[in-house]
Amino acid sequence: MSATQPNASACLLRNGDAVPLAAVPTVAAEKCADEVAARCANGSRLAGLLAWPTDDDSRELIALVMHDASGQIELLRTFVAAGASYPSITPQVPAAHVFERLLFEEERLTPQGHPWLKPVRRHRALEEPMTATRPTTTLPPAHPFFQVSGPGTHEVAVGPVHAGVIEPGHFRFQCSGEIVHHLEIQLGYQHRGVTTLLERGTPAQRLVAAESIAGDTAIGHALAHCMVVEALTGTSVPLAAQMVRGIALELERLANHVGDLGALCNDVAYQPGATWFGRLRGEFLNLLLEISGNRFGRGLLVPGGVRCGIDAAQRASFALRLQRAARDLHDTATLTFDAPSVLSRFERTGAVSHAVAEQLGLTGPVARASGCNRDARRDHAHGVYRFSHLPVATTHSGDVMGRALVRWLEVERSFTFVREQLAQLPDGPWCGSSGAVRPDQIAVALVEAWRGTIVHVGRSDPQAAIAGYRVFDPSLQNWTGLAMAMRNGQISDFPLCNKSFNLSYAGHDL
Amino acid sequence: MFELLVARCRQGRRTLAFPSAAARLPDRFRGRPIVDPAACHGGCSACAEVCPTGALTLAPLRLDLTKCLFCPVCEAACPHGAIRFTPDHRLAARRREELVLGGGPMRLASALEQRTRRLFGRSLKLRQVSAGGCNGCEAELVACGNVVFDLGRFGVQFVASPRHADGIVVTGPVTVNMLAALRETYAATPSPRLVIAVGACALSGGPVASAPWAGRGVPDDLPVDLWVPGCPPHPLTFLDGVLRLLGAISDDTAQ
Repeated sequence: MSATQPNASACLLRNGDAVPLAAVPTVAAEKCADEVAARCANGSRLAGLLAWPTDDDSRELIALVMHDASGQIELLRTFVAAGASYPSITPQVPAAHVFERLLFEEERLTPQGHPWLKPVRRHRALEEPMTATRPTTTLPPAHPFFQVSGPGTHEVAVGPVHAGVIEPGHFRFQCSGEIVHHLEIQLGYQHRGVTTLLERGTPAQRLVAAESIAGDTAIGHALAHCMVVEALTGTSVPLAAQMVRGIALELERLANHVGDLGALCNDVAYQPGATWFGRLRGEFLNLLLEISGNRFGRGLLVPGGVRCGIDAAQRASFALRLQRAARDLHDTATLTFDAPSVLSRFERTGAVSHAVAEQLGLTGPVARASGCNRDARRDHAHGVYRFSHLPVATTHSGDVMGRALVRWLEVERSFTFVREQLAQLPDGPWCGSSGAVRPDQIAVALVEAWRGTIVHVGRSDPQAAIAGYRVFDPSLQNWTGLAMAMRNGQISDFPLCNKSFNLSYAGHDL
Repeated sequence: MFELLVARCRQGRRTLAFPSAAARLPDRFRGRPIVDPAACHGGCSACAEVCPTGALTLAPLRLDLTKCLFCPVCEAACPHGAIRFTPDHRLAARRREELVLGGGPMRLASALEQRTRRLFGRSLKLRQVSAGGCNGCEAELVACGNVVFDLGRFGVQFVASPRHADGIVVTGPVTVNMLAALRETYAATPSPRLVIAVGACALSGGPVASAPWAGRGVPDDLPVDLWVPGCPPHPLTFLDGVLRLLGAISDDTAQ
């Protein structure tokens, strides 16, 4: 496969579809930044940039743009020689920054003019190959942190091992007294190399790898993976299975949003909220356990549908339990959002403006709290969401209060959705039969999981095998939002801000 | 204030009467598997072929719980019912060898020797280290502290610093980028200290064992006192394991 003549016809596909690779238009590398910027105008969002090796050892760079207004995903590509440079997209589209840093660290493609080529997952010098050799001592950072100097300034470092039971990451604050001028986040501690498993494993290994991208989003990532495989094989999923998938995805959203509300209460020392939300999270995990055998729904989804359904007895029991949980949640939320101590900590803390949220390509409740009206369940509806719509919740404050309120609103709406689906669920069939992989296709799947839009991209080669796979977890872009939220805030508000984002370290690091 | 009291009454008491009352998990829960080599007919390797982590070996049939993800595929693939998952949450063991099931009762975790039990029996402070965990195990460890499972009533607590800890609880396969931090955290924990490995990743690398930047679990220079299988282990599995270690539960085999 080598560079072809640029061609003007756009490649547009819907969520969960596959198109022939040959249909993706090619632009010259020098023009790529302008072309991507043009497509990201008018509210469209850059969802990912990836690079795959070509036959002649150059790199095929593909950009994915989400056009929410029309419910389409646009693809375009360019070719860059291995180890070469190309004009950076980031100056025109700031949301591209993390994708270009990944291209630099994984593929040695240099984006010329990129403002801050900071490592994403690598902790060693770039000259060293990306192999799994084991360091025996602590290594210095591969890239210097941004530093502020002047009278009264100081630096605070936290992590990778943090005080609580939480994934590892490093936070470097530049402060004057209590005020944070700048927060720089260095992740990569959770980097396992899951992409390799997704590209080279057996179907069963790929599925468990997808479930392990972020263990608290097993359903979200497994669903995106199944959608990619279904697109590449032309498999259709029976309606009953679509409904169970929707129920599972919303139960996952309920469990995590309720858990987050509890964690936020814990961070402002509001014990009733912390205790009761914390306990109620378990109700949803236990429902997932009763459906799938696992509290996180691992093992539930397969390409073609689901492994088990929800029988009539379960449906009756679930309806009752959901009703009780709804009442307990409503009581807890009313008390929490009325408590002056909670409001005084939540309001005006960690604000991210709408403009910054759009520029950085933030997604999920974090973006919706800053007024970004985006939700892939509505804009790129797939599966049961084509038939059953959930109203999208937004606020304009962009602060911790906004992020908490959006979560609460989504909890209420997910409740309604799950009850509706359970009431209408037929008795199967739960799984369709899978076809064979079609050669030379590219498939894109978007899933609005609880943290935001998950993007999975799969490619099949001429031998009809899955040859390329990329994952963009919503946390990849959202972590920069947290860094922005801390600016000019108090360092003691960091745990609260961090919890209000509750991003995935493992999802970012893969 | 009044509304708070009313809400408190409505929320009720949620703490499980565990271990005094037996824990009952739903039938679909995939807990301790029962392996029956006698039912396994030679010549068929269906289970070993579908297992994503190579946890199954044949002739004779053996299931290695350190690699097992407790996923549904082997049970579904076996035409003779030689592998069957039960809803039994009891899985923790003291030695890695005890986690290879090949028929017969499983030997569950026994208590620490008396001197250590006297030190930790009523107060065990643990430092959690996530070394590449996907957050499934971490989330279930956090759940152990909620009012339902209430780890705190047994004197067990997660602490902020290894300096304050009696042991470390490791999750994750130990990624290349976390190996040094894990070793430094262990070194900073004063003796006597325990190491508890939680989840398939910490036991063997789990679902990411063959990923290029993941390890194969807790490295050999950290001696593990308690192995807790699962992907992720249910909070009751962790709770059961720790209580056995402290001598609070003492029946040591599971049929």
